[in-house]
Amino acid sequence: MDKFIIDNMNLYYGSFHALKNVNLNMPKNKITAFIGPSGCGKSTLLKSLNRMNDLVEGCKITGDIKLDGTDIYSDMDVNVLRKKVGMVFQKANPFPMSVYDNIAFGPRTHGIKKKSELDRIVEESLRDAAIWDELKDRLKKSALGLSGGQQQRLCIARALAVKPEVLLMDEATSALDPISTGKIEELCLKLKDDYTIIMVTHNMQQALRISDNTAFFLLGEMVEYNSTDAVFSSPKDKRTEEYITGRFG
Amino acid sequence: MREYFDTELLNLNNQLIGMGTLVEKAIRNAVKIIVSNDQELLEKSREQEELINSAEKKIQNHCLRLLLHQAPVANDLRSISAALKMITDLERIGDQAIDIVEMSQYIKNRNNVISVTHIDEMANQASKMVTLSIDAFVKKDFELAKSVSKSDDIIDGLFDRVKVETVEIIERDKALSEEAIDLMLIAKYLERIGDHAVNIAEWVAFSITGSREL
Repeated sequence: MDKFIIDNMNLYYGSFHALKNVNLNMPKNKITAFIGPSGCGKSTLLKSLNRMNDLVEGCKITGDIKLDGTDIYSDMDVNVLRKKVGMVFQKANPFPMSVYDNIAFGPRTHGIKKKSELDRIVEESLRDAAIWDELKDRLKKSALGLSGGQQQRLCIARALAVKPEVLLMDEATSALDPISTGKIEELCLKLKDDYTIIMVTHNMQQALRISDNTAFFLLGEMVEYNSTDAVFSSPKDKRTEEYITGRFG
Repeated sequence: MREYFDTELLNLNNQLIGMGTLVEKAIRNAVKIIVSNDQELLEKSREQEELINSAEKKIQNHCLRLLLHQAPVANDLRSISAALKMITDLERIGDQAIDIVEMSQYIKNRNNVISVTHIDEMANQASKMVTLSIDAFVKKDFELAKSVSKSDDIIDGLFDRVKVETVEIIERDKALSEEAIDLMLIAKYLERIGDHAVNIAEWVAFSITGSREL
C-alpha cells in the first residue's frame, strides 16, 4: 500500500524550476531513499512532504501530493500534516532544555498535561529510538551536553513522541561517526515496522544497506525509481549508472 | 573520475585474458598429446596447470581487494563478481585438461582408438568455446556469449557420436575395451569443458545485462 503518492508535481522557486514533473509512489512501512548530486532537488522534494517549503518565499507547487489519499496541500491542515509526518535533519537540533522536556515538548503542544502520561511517552519514545538505556539516568540534564550521535537519536525520539506515521530524514547521519551511524541505521530498520521512512542520503552504501526503494534525481528530474537492489545492481538509465559508480560529471 | 579504479578494472580484464590464454593453451596441448603422445608437451602441461592455479588465486585476491576498497555497484559490481565466478570455471577447465592428458597416457593403441573417433574434433570444439567465452567477456559482446551456448549443442552431439564409436571399438576388438573406456572418459571431460565454457558465457551475460539468461 502506498503511503505517499506524488502525481505530476512541479516546484518552482520564483522562476527557477526546481522539480520537474515528479511522479512517485512511496509504499507504507518501507524505507525510500532519495539520492542524487547536490542541487538535484531531493531535499526540496523531502521538505515538500511536510510542507516545509511553505515558508520559502516565491515557492510554488503544482500537481498533487497525497498522504493516504488526502491531498496535503489542499485538503489537510498543516499542523495535522506535521504531526503525521515528522522530520529529522542533517544537524541534530535539540532544544536548549532537558532531555525529558525535549521529548515532552511535542505531546505538550498537542495538549497532553498529565505527568504519568508524559513519563510514559518519554520512556517509550526514547526506547523506540534505542537511547533509553543511555539516557534514563540523565533525563533532567541538558540535551545540549549529549554526544552528536545521542543528540540525533534524541531528535528521532522527539519526532516519534507525537506518534507520526512517516519519518523524513534529511542526511540524518552525515555528521555522525560510524558507530552512531550504525545505531541509527539499525534503528531505521526496526522503526519501519511501525513507520514509513523517507530519507535523503549522500551515502550510497547507506541507501544500499537500509532502503527498500531508491529514487535517483538529477537537475530537478526524477531519473529512475526502483527497488534499491535493482537500482544499484542494474540501473536502467545511463545517468544513474554514472552517478552511483562515481563516474558522473 | 575514478581513474585509479578504472585502471584496476582494466588490469583485471588483462589478467582474465591472460588466464583465458593459459587455459586455451592447456586444451590445445591436451588435444596434441591425445593424438601424438608428445612427452615433452606432457611436462609442459603439468607446469601450465600450476600457472592456471596461481592465476586463479591472483585474480581472486585482486577481485576481493577491489570489492573491499572500491565498494563497487552496478556495472562495476557485475563485472567483478562475474570475474570471480569465471575464474572458478577456468580453473576447473585447467584441471580437466590435465586429467585428459593423464588419462591419454593409458591409451597405447592410439591408431586403433583415437584416429577412428571424433575425439579430436570434440577437443577443438571445446577449445574454441573457451576462446569465444573469454573474447565475449573482454569485448562485452552479448551475441558472442550467446554463440558459445549454441556451440554446446555441437559438442554434445560429438559426445554422443564418440559414445557410439567407443561401443563400436569394443564390439570390434574386446582387447581394446579398457582403452575405449579411457577414451570415453576423455570425451566426458571435453563435454564438461564445454559446460564450463557455457557457464563463463552466462557470467559474461550477467556482467552485461544483470541476468545470466542467454
